[in-house]
Amino acid sequence: MEEEMEVMEERVVEIEHPLPCLSESDTQGIIKGRDLFGYVGIEAVLDQMRRKTMKAGFEFNIMVVGQSGLGKSTLVNTLFKSKVSRKSCTPNYEEKISKTVHLQSVSHIIEEKGVKMKLTVIDTPGFGDQINNENCWEPIVKYVNEQYEKYLKEELNVNRKRRIPDTRVHCCVYFLPATGHWLRPIDVEFMRRLGKIVSIVPVIAKADTLTLEERLEFKQRIRQDLQANGIRVYPQKEYDEDAEDRILNDKIRENIPFAVVGTDKEHQVNGNKVLGRKTKWGIIEVENVAHCEFALLRDLLIRSHLQDLKDVTHDIHYETYRVKRLNESNANGLALSPLTLENGTLEKSDAESHL
Amino acid sequence: MASSDVVRQMDKNARPLALSGHVGFDSLPDQLVNKSTSQGFCFNILCIGETGIGKSTLMDTLFNTNFENFESSHFEPKVKLRAQTYDLQESNVRLKLTVVNTVGFGDQMNKQESYQHIVDYIDTQFESYLQEELKIKRSLHNYHDSRIHACLYFIAPSGHSLKSLDLVTMKKLDSKVNIIPVIAKADTISKSELHKFKIKIMSELVSNGVQIYQFPIDDESVAKINTAMNGHLPFAVVGSTEEVNIGTKMVKARQYPWGVVQVENESHCDFVKLREMLICVNMEDLREQTHSRHYELYRRCKLEEMGFRDTDPESKPVSLQQTYEEKRQEFLGELQRREEEMRQTFVQRVKEKESELKDAERELQGKFEQLKRMHAEEKSKLEEKRRSLEEDMSVFSKRRAASELLQAQTFNTSSNNKKDKDRKNSGFM
Repeated sequence: MEEEMEVMEERVVEIEHPLPCLSESDTQGIIKGRDLFGYVGIEAVLDQMRRKTMKAGFEFNIMVVGQSGLGKSTLVNTLFKSKVSRKSCTPNYEEKISKTVHLQSVSHIIEEKGVKMKLTVIDTPGFGDQINNENCWEPIVKYVNEQYEKYLKEELNVNRKRRIPDTRVHCCVYFLPATGHWLRPIDVEFMRRLGKIVSIVPVIAKADTLTLEERLEFKQRIRQDLQANGIRVYPQKEYDEDAEDRILNDKIRENIPFAVVGTDKEHQVNGNKVLGRKTKWGIIEVENVAHCEFALLRDLLIRSHLQDLKDVTHDIHYETYRVKRLNESNANGLALSPLTLENGTLEKSDAESHL
Repeated sequence: MASSDVVRQMDKNARPLALSGHVGFDSLPDQLVNKSTSQGFCFNILCIGETGIGKSTLMDTLFNTNFENFESSHFEPKVKLRAQTYDLQESNVRLKLTVVNTVGFGDQMNKQESYQHIVDYIDTQFESYLQEELKIKRSLHNYHDSRIHACLYFIAPSGHSLKSLDLVTMKKLDSKVNIIPVIAKADTISKSELHKFKIKIMSELVSNGVQIYQFPIDDESVAKINTAMNGHLPFAVVGSTEEVNIGTKMVKARQYPWGVVQVENESHCDFVKLREMLICVNMEDLREQTHSRHYELYRRCKLEEMGFRDTDPESKPVSLQQTYEEKRQEFLGELQRREEEMRQTFVQRVKEKESELKDAERELQGKFEQLKRMHAEEKSKLEEKRRSLEEDMSVFSKRRAASELLQAQTFNTSSNNKKDKDRKNSGFM
């Protein structure tokens, strides 16, 4: 008994100074895999969490980038089965090629089975449409970084909101025209720059102009190009957490970029109403995996990886931005040379927009 | 609470839209839950109570496992906190549970400082989270959250009222942590006494302005049960890890000669209610409250203390970075000033030393000159003496020469004389 008390005294004395992290006191206290002798009810916490998140609602911001006429708005409408794109929202819309790239975002609240989601679609009309397309990605890069900046500012406030409004771009769908050849310089430039700050999902637009063999070859070429240029698209290999994830994501990576067709019209096929495009030589069923890969894209974006997209944006892209930003302000304070940034021409506009 | 805020926020610039088909994002909560399951959950309980009141036993009973706990002595000089972490798993949910026990609470003769350690401990956990959050390179999603989510305060079953130590401690803690008071060793009180005791405790808490944790009633699915439970606070609990045979089952109970107190029998004690509330219904809410209320309050106070504010005197919004920059400039300026000061003092000292050395040098020089002079004097004296000696010598030698000459002359003359004499002499002959 004496010994016990002594031993205990030792232990207790060790922890006399309350330690900030429990690692030091933990080493004696961690007892892994404690067996429970009976029902405790810990798994009820999953339900609690589910209830809370359903009440709070979700936010998702998706950006679509590509030349005009590639079917971006149609695809987004098809994805979310409602008229969420900018075109559908503005009445009397006239299709004009704009002189510069400017971003427009439209938000909607959609609900399904009690789950509320605020969906924001950010459109980029004018991208790649001019004769001289140099630096057409700059407004986009600026926009993405502005959203990060907004979030960072709110996070650093002394009095901050309970739930910081999240306008950061969670996913950027990049539309590749179905040329069947290789990536064009504008594609490479854009994806290279944006791939570092946001999760890019490239898709082949209007894929009903490619036969299956052409499609396969095109995809392979694109994948080679992507690798050769060091472009990382979602799901990025480096962020796979464990073997399970890797297997799942490898399957997805084999199919990137998805060849998609979008439509909002329904037709009758074999007695069923399906979404499809009707042509003289047949009906292209959008949700038929044999016809196009729309269903795969939808599953990836919405049904299985939506939360993951948000997590990657929050844990990785946002943190990278934050590190860069805070280091930058340190550097400015000490009047050292600013760190070289990889994100194109962003330093100046960043600093200006901050102060 | 939060929901209406969010929905309002959501509505600000977004319009509701109807879907024409099944999209599939109703799996979102599941996606989120799966993510959390793979990461595991973290829950930290702080048990405050006198030695021997049954904290460790209650923890064992609550989590249906045997945490290795030692009996503490009653002779602790100060209140200490002992934290232990356990990895529990139930079906596919992993819980990292940390139980912090107070050792020696209420044992000292002078209990004035008892609560301070506890407050410091809680603050330290907040502080380390804040530090991690303010780091440049941080990993919040991997961070082992050590902030206290729930504090079980064990009230001794006196049957009368709260002790003053209880009131003081709870008052200090109510803005830092979710306090759930429990009446320990409830099998020593009878039902009627218990009822009166509970009422007395609640009224004392209210009249002293102690804010204990109220189970949330805004979520419809749990509002009813939570409201009912709120009326049963504080829970009267009995803990036991021993099993007794009742009828055909083995149940956790305490066996007395006059009967058996069953822990999980709702008519015997409120243990089941506590377990329901703490774990099954409100664990997530406790964690959220800790993060969004208590932690934010701590953060705000800490940052304001350090001098950060959101708006400067002209009410222009000031970002944390600006303030941080200013502070940093201030600090650097201070450092520079101090450096200057030190440099000045250094230069000063150097000058002083220099002048000291110069003085010493001059002294030495003086001495040297003096010695030299003395030496020169001596030398000249000696020179004189030598000269006089030489003079004497020369005089002497002159004299001698003279005398010799004289002698020689006299000799000559004498010899001449002698010769003359001789000649004369001889001449004569």
